[in-house]
Amino acid sequence: MKLSVAIASAIEALTANILRSFLTMLGIIIGVASVMIMMAMGAGAKAQIEAQISALGASTLTVRPGATRRGGVSQGAGASTPFNEDDLVAILDLPFVQAVDGQINSGVTAVSGQTNWSTQLIGTNPGYFEVQSLKAVEGRVFTEREARTGAAVAVLGQSVVKELFDGIDPLGQRFRVNSVPVTVIGVLQERGQSGYGQDRDDIVILPLSTARNRIIGAHPTTSKHVSRVEVMVADGYDMPTAQSDLEDFLRERRRIKPGASDNFRVFNIADFVRARSATQQTMGILLAFMAGVALFVGGVGVMNIMLVSVTERTREIGLRMALGARGTDIMAQFLTEALVLCGTGGLIGVGLGFVGAWIAAKTGDWSMSLSVQITLLSFGAAAAVGVFFGYFPARRAARLNPIDALRYE
Amino acid sequence: MTSNEYIIEARKLTKIYTMGDQQVHALRGVDLEIKHGDFVAIMGPSGSGKSTLMNLIGALDQPSGGELFIEGQPLSTMNPSDLADLRNRTLGFVFQQFNLLPRADALQNVKLPLRYARHDIGDADARARECLKMVDLEERMDHRPAQLSGGQQQRVAIARALANKPRIILADEPTGALDTKTSEDIMNLLVELNASGITIILVTHEAEVAAFARRQIHFRDGLIEKDERSAA
Ligand SMILES: Nc1ncnc2c1ncn2[C@@H]1O[C@H](COP(=O)(O)OP(=O)(O)OP(=O)(O)O)[C@@H](O)[C@H]1O
Ligand SMILES: [Mg+2]
Repeated sequence: MKLSVAIASAIEALTANILRSFLTMLGIIIGVASVMIMMAMGAGAKAQIEAQISALGASTLTVRPGATRRGGVSQGAGASTPFNEDDLVAILDLPFVQAVDGQINSGVTAVSGQTNWSTQLIGTNPGYFEVQSLKAVEGRVFTEREARTGAAVAVLGQSVVKELFDGIDPLGQRFRVNSVPVTVIGVLQERGQSGYGQDRDDIVILPLSTARNRIIGAHPTTSKHVSRVEVMVADGYDMPTAQSDLEDFLRERRRIKPGASDNFRVFNIADFVRARSATQQTMGILLAFMAGVALFVGGVGVMNIMLVSVTERTREIGLRMALGARGTDIMAQFLTEALVLCGTGGLIGVGLGFVGAWIAAKTGDWSMSLSVQITLLSFGAAAAVGVFFGYFPARRAARLNPIDALRYE
Repeated sequence: MTSNEYIIEARKLTKIYTMGDQQVHALRGVDLEIKHGDFVAIMGPSGSGKSTLMNLIGALDQPSGGELFIEGQPLSTMNPSDLADLRNRTLGFVFQQFNLLPRADALQNVKLPLRYARHDIGDADARARECLKMVDLEERMDHRPAQLSGGQQQRVAIARALANKPRIILADEPTGALDTKTSEDIMNLLVELNASGITIILVTHEAEVAAFARRQIHFRDGLIEKDERSAA
């Protein structure tokens, strides 16, 4: 029997009871739509995480002073000796280190003419721009020499430019950071929001010594201190190895005796982001479970209706057998019906999934990523349900004894 | 034991139905030979085993004992798909209740056995039309069963039985649901088909219907009681 004929008669049988077919399909529709939304959500979350990691630098290690947890009591990040600029020079000498920056930061007020703007000050060295892979879209970033001599030059994030110099060329403009006058030499590329919803373009970047000596102030015990160190690991080095090598190096440099606990911490940013994304993954697993349950319930609905259909059409099956249908023909007939049912439900479900994913992306702050693969997989799930749950009723029909089927009342 | 003289041969054929702990001996060892091209009417009281025999000959059911040969082939040696092919190619069924698919039109109903054919059937549409023409219903081919009279429905059923050019037609009370005049039309059609070489076996309660056949077999209690040939 030709496939087109089989599908045509399956459609005919299903449209004979259109409401019943539709209600049966509903389970499949919901199941497929949720499978699709679930997968879009998972793929979206993954893409978002990867984007965050690559934005923060997959090859970046962050070092902060502070004791590791001891007896459940955290010592607080600022409690121990901070790093200083000499540490930066020493770290840069390590073979696996591509670039290093040290940062101090503080909330400040930027003033230009009549405009006051509260923003974040970062004092750092030029390594910062390399570690963060940031470029100036206008002007330039400051040099090693300017950093050392404490030049009064500033590189601005785009939000600050918008607030202070809306409509005028910011390059060469003078403004004050907490009453210290500085000159704009560059504007950074736009960075958007951080994973925490912070505006990463709302920053003023000054050379480390300028910021420390004239605005933030020196550390009581450590000269040339930095409160945070970022290390960019060179290409081709394994991150975990680099991390433990850096830890060993810093333990030695800070003279920590073997067995004593560290007074600093090295973070791997990728781990950090992945850990934070765990909640979204839990959500994804929950959704996957729900989608699975919906598909299963849908499948049981299909099986139920196919069993009813086989029983209702027992005499028809007997007749077909009397006319020469083999068991396999009958089997194919009912499997085709189950497949057409689930396939149609699958198509509608995919459509609904598109709409659902779109709405979820618009209304919630879920990131959704739909692909051909996801669409095919969702549709495939419907087809698989059709075969799986259609098989038993179809086999039951195929195994009927012709005369018993023909005589069935 | 068998010869090619007979298209159907039954040897000590028995059929026992078991219902719970009760056994019904529907056939008690029937011996029967039917020649190629014969026209046989099977008669007898209700419950005497006529339909049981037809179902066995039609390969729709299995005997409890004995052997049945169709065109010299013992049915007990055939597997289910061989039996399906036998029903499809060699046999044509006509039922008392017509058994047409209600949602399909006459043409589609006639095409149904062609769908399951494993041999070359050529153009299925053309063949189905040809069969409807033989039963004189060409102009009703797009009618559904509900839009046809009982006699017309039975003619569609006969056209369906003819679709795969069977060598045997099995008709269990084909006129049972029809009036006398329509019954006569149907019987004339069967006589015509018999004249074209098809062996016909029919079950009936009516002597007038049985008179169209050349041989009358009377059943009683699962055995042949009387077997006679018409004088003509
Ligand atoms: N499926 C079955 N299960 C149990 N007993 C059956 C079954 N089919 C037939 N019988 C019994 O077998 C016997 C023969 O039945 P069969 O249908 O062959 O009679 P019949 O000669 O065709 O009768 P009628 O003229 O009423 O059609 C009857 O006693 C009947 O009750
Ligand atoms: Mg009967």
